[in-house]
Amino acid sequence: MNEIVKSRGLVYEYYTHNDRGEIEASHRALDKVDLDINKGEFVVILGHNGSGKSTFAKHMNAILHPTGGTLLIKGMDTKTEENIWNIRQSAGMVFQNPDNQIIAAIVEEDVAFGPENLGVEASEIRKRVDESVAAVQMTEYMTHSPNLLSGGQKQRIAIAGVLAMKPECIILDEPTAMLDPLGRKEVLDTVYKLNKEESITIIHITHYMEEAIKADRVIVMDHGQIVMDGKPKDVFSQVDKLKELGLDVPPATELAYYMQKEGIDISTEILTIEEMVDKIWQLYSME
Amino acid sequence: MIRDITIGQYYPAESWIHKLDPRVKIMSTLIFIIALFVANRYIGYAFTIIFLGTVIYLSKVPIKFMLKGLRAILVIILLTVALNIFMTPGENVLWSYKFITITAEGLYIAGLMALRLIFLIIGSSILTLTTSPIQLTDGIEKLLNPFKKIGIPAHEIAMMMTIALRFIPILLEETDKIMKAQMARGADFESGGVIKRAKSLIPLLVPLFISAFRRADELAMAMEARCYRGGENRTRMKQLVIQKQDYIAIGVISLFMIIMILIRFI
Repeated sequence: MNEIVKSRGLVYEYYTHNDRGEIEASHRALDKVDLDINKGEFVVILGHNGSGKSTFAKHMNAILHPTGGTLLIKGMDTKTEENIWNIRQSAGMVFQNPDNQIIAAIVEEDVAFGPENLGVEASEIRKRVDESVAAVQMTEYMTHSPNLLSGGQKQRIAIAGVLAMKPECIILDEPTAMLDPLGRKEVLDTVYKLNKEESITIIHITHYMEEAIKADRVIVMDHGQIVMDGKPKDVFSQVDKLKELGLDVPPATELAYYMQKEGIDISTEILTIEEMVDKIWQLYSME
Repeated sequence: MIRDITIGQYYPAESWIHKLDPRVKIMSTLIFIIALFVANRYIGYAFTIIFLGTVIYLSKVPIKFMLKGLRAILVIILLTVALNIFMTPGENVLWSYKFITITAEGLYIAGLMALRLIFLIIGSSILTLTTSPIQLTDGIEKLLNPFKKIGIPAHEIAMMMTIALRFIPILLEETDKIMKAQMARGADFESGGVIKRAKSLIPLLVPLFISAFRRADELAMAMEARCYRGGENRTRMKQLVIQKQDYIAIGVISLFMIIMILIRFI
């Protein structure tokens, strides 16, 4: 079995209740999502606010339960009560606000929180904490208070906290939304490193396009449905469709798009500035 | 300015007292307090001074930190002294004016009471000055564990204290931010009488409460995502172990208690 996430016709509805507790209105946040994510993949889920991407993330961690359809994590159904703890251990989750997910007043104590909950033995917890904190390069802050750390550092501690549970998959729900550019880079570098070196499946949810460039696969969601799914090049080259969905494209791709419109022979499969520079040199030498 | 407030008053240092097990320190402080109430003669307190002096010396905490705590209860001490001086009936009247009389017994008891309060505060400051809040929480959790059977939620109390310790600085920072935002829009927190000032705090408290509840909600979700399901089957990374120095400390405090009892009854 190679799929770590297997979603079939996943539906989730929010209900608005009136004063008497009756259902007043329902809103479909997820609308028949079919999705397979393989082990070791680096998947970025894009979409603007209200596209259902965060709701989907919360399903993968069994925080929300589907209204319809099924979601299997490592073959375990998220609807079954007995599976919940195993699912949460295999698919760890990092949230948006770094302050609201750190529990203890000392870095190492916080990283130890997950394994402590799992009932891991003391000496093994110590080992895991040291390894996880080293993996996010925060060893020198081991005994610091999280209050004195920057946003990026706090988010790395949150990642270490998930790592200490030895998950196979990490779901990051807009972990960079509240960070400055430097903090975002720190977090992304850490996540890429974990994917490459520890071969942990990463599901990164964001609304920053440039964070998706290096991913193995990009999934675009809109109105609770998956509207695009493919390699970053294939997804971003469809500039018109992305703009229609209210999403941006990476700056280099956008430039290529406008150049193409002006009649220059250039493909929109360009994602980075380096690729753009190469392409312009090629065009220049051809003339 | 609001960020200068520190929670607890831990004074980090490498001392023999700092290294003691928090459980031993909490229990010793309790025994010390009981011993203070056992004593009813000055000779007992003379002995207490020697004992406290040694502990303070060993703890390497500057004495001025101990005295800081006293300033807060100065009024209570003065009030106690005054009440005892004027209210104690006795035979040896030293001075009398209309209905006010001062007796020798009154002075004797007032002095004892003042000393008792001072020692009480210094004794408990030693505990909080030499024990980090985290150790204190761990110690309380372990000490309350046996009472789980009668329904005391030991783990929950400790978890609440841990979260409070983590979020107090965050909420203080947030208060500061909201205050500045309100001040930028013309709010006035500093002038006017007590009632006016209390009223001006309402627009501060409302957003603070809303944000605190939002944070609590998110934190609860983050804790669940990390497999938190209460104290059952939970292990701890840091185990508290009673060591040689802890046994010595237990011996010393027991000896102190015995001597205090002997002084009272002999």
